[in-house]
Amino acid sequence: MLLIYCPYCEEERSELEFRQAGDAHIARPTNMTEMTDEEFEAFFFLRDNVKGLTFERWRHLNGCGRFFNAARDTVSDKFLTTYKAGLPKPDLSTLRPATEAIVETYEATESDAK
Amino acid sequence: MADLIEAATRTLPLSGFHGGSAAAVLSVATPATRISLRAKPDAVSALSGALGLSLPMKAKTSASLNGRHALWLGPDEWLVIDENEADLMAAVAVSNVLHSATDISHRNTAILVEGRGAEVAVNGGCPQDLSLAVFPVGACSRTVLAKAEIVLLRTAEDAFRVECWRSFAPYVSGLLAEAAEDAGN
Ligand SMILES: [Zn+2]
Repeated sequence: MLLIYCPYCEEERSELEFRQAGDAHIARPTNMTEMTDEEFEAFFFLRDNVKGLTFERWRHLNGCGRFFNAARDTVSDKFLTTYKAGLPKPDLSTLRPATEAIVETYEATESDAK
Repeated sequence: MADLIEAATRTLPLSGFHGGSAAAVLSVATPATRISLRAKPDAVSALSGALGLSLPMKAKTSASLNGRHALWLGPDEWLVIDENEADLMAAVAVSNVLHSATDISHRNTAILVEGRGAEVAVNGGCPQDLSLAVFPVGACSRTVLAKAEIVLLRTAEDAFRVECWRSFAPYVSGLLAEAAEDAGN
């Protein structure tokens, strides 16, 4: 079970109380009526789906009910940090461990793709 | 029409329910009035005055006085319960500050879990650390009991009040009954 630190409850809680809520830091356009369809598509639908570090919105749904942001590694599922909604992206250089732990992925250990 | 109203009897969820085990006794709480209260920090002191108890500002804490409980659910959200069925809507209405109050007296019902195995029984479906150091007497939280959302209040070292939505009451009580059996072993 993953433990996720809620910045409003100020403690770690089980992942069972949380829901992922898409990408964080998406700037909502202020001129939506003047946008082309392509521009709207890019804002509304297109996401990077990166492998590795990603910034996400999460909601402590069955807890304090608050939305907050998280920096998470999509390979290891490790949460690097969480922070309150509205705050800028944190400086991750201060958070990264000095030596990166080796994550045993399926690709690295089992598959032909290694 | 008046005759009908007088003849109508309220059907309570889990009416007469009791069970559990020697280690964790389950019973249904008596009917209570409840409000879901939302307010910004600047309204808290006036609302506290109107309710006659201090709305807690710290996560996972509650305030209780004479059967009235205010439970912190979120940074601007409280569940207020009055076991004496006082009119909470009228109480906060005179606060004269901006707030949102919704009467949810009949939305919730509560199951009381008591005994040396109470903690184990609740942990049968709730993932929170309920040890006394982390979840002391008076601690409260909205959380989950397996698939159902609950609000948990620790009323004594060996007693919890489990608030759940009335339509989830059969599920929550059934699950707690199973967990109470296991808590005895
Ligand atoms: Zn929270």
